[in-house]
Amino acid sequence: MFEGTLFEFTRVNLIQLIMTVAVASFFIVAFRNPKIVPRGVQNLGELAVQFVQTQIIDMIMGVSGRRYLPYLATLFFFILAMNLAGLVPFLNLAGTSVVAIPLMFAIVAWLTFNIAGIRKHGFVPYLKTNLFPPGVPKPVYVLLTPIEFLSTFILRPVTLTIRLLANMMAGHLMLVLFFSGATYLLLDAEWFLKPFGLGAAAMGFFITAFEILIALLQAYIFTLLTALYIAGAESEHH
Amino acid sequence: MELLAQVEGNVNAIGYGLAAIGPGIGLGILIGKALEGMARQPEATGVLRTNMFIGIALVEALALLGIVAGFLFT
Repeated sequence: MFEGTLFEFTRVNLIQLIMTVAVASFFIVAFRNPKIVPRGVQNLGELAVQFVQTQIIDMIMGVSGRRYLPYLATLFFFILAMNLAGLVPFLNLAGTSVVAIPLMFAIVAWLTFNIAGIRKHGFVPYLKTNLFPPGVPKPVYVLLTPIEFLSTFILRPVTLTIRLLANMMAGHLMLVLFFSGATYLLLDAEWFLKPFGLGAAAMGFFITAFEILIALLQAYIFTLLTALYIAGAESEHH
Repeated sequence: MELLAQVEGNVNAIGYGLAAIGPGIGLGILIGKALEGMARQPEATGVLRTNMFIGIALVEALALLGIVAGFLFT
């Protein structure tokens, strides 16, 4: 659709749109009419948000980090839905397996933890604690400051992006490899190769199950690292 | 000079294989130690698991840089 223009609309965009609508409608349905004693979908929604609160925020940031709950919960469930799109029949492509979405999330995370640190400590002290960690002899700063700058302000968003992107892309490639291999071996190959096709198909199913785990784990890790960076930027001593 | 062996095509796959060795060993040590800690002190399981995932994320980044480099530098 609209090929060659700025508003080019590909299959990946369609998948991203579908999953966004799916997540949004799930939470709207779950919390449209909240009751004190939750029933039905609201139970599920509360369980989901509770997971982010107890497993990520309370573990990393303590109770004071709860004001980041809306951001981190959105991050977690949006990434999770995008990842799981790679396993939904007829979609079959993770929304996060193109660079745009992970990069966008990484930039937002980068802005969030920097702004959180600057608001807490002020611009100069924040840079000072990050670039000139105390307790080191003076000459070491020649070596340490560039490394700290690179690892804190450049490599953090880059690794966040690449970790999510490469995981989802590698998973997609593996699924394609095993299932196309199975189809070829079962349908087109010589007769003595056909049993191997069954093995390839079995591996394909195993990888599918593995991908569900990876989808959950990557959403968890992305959110966990974002929480960790925010907590690190806000903490008093490094 | 006479050629004894020759490689044709794309050698990026070998690069990724090499890049996977170090993180593989690292992940083995990391998860093994975390499990050991969990077995010795079951009450510390939650903290250990969270920190294990942070460690996994950092170690895994190296292997993933390998796979991306394979696609980038063709």
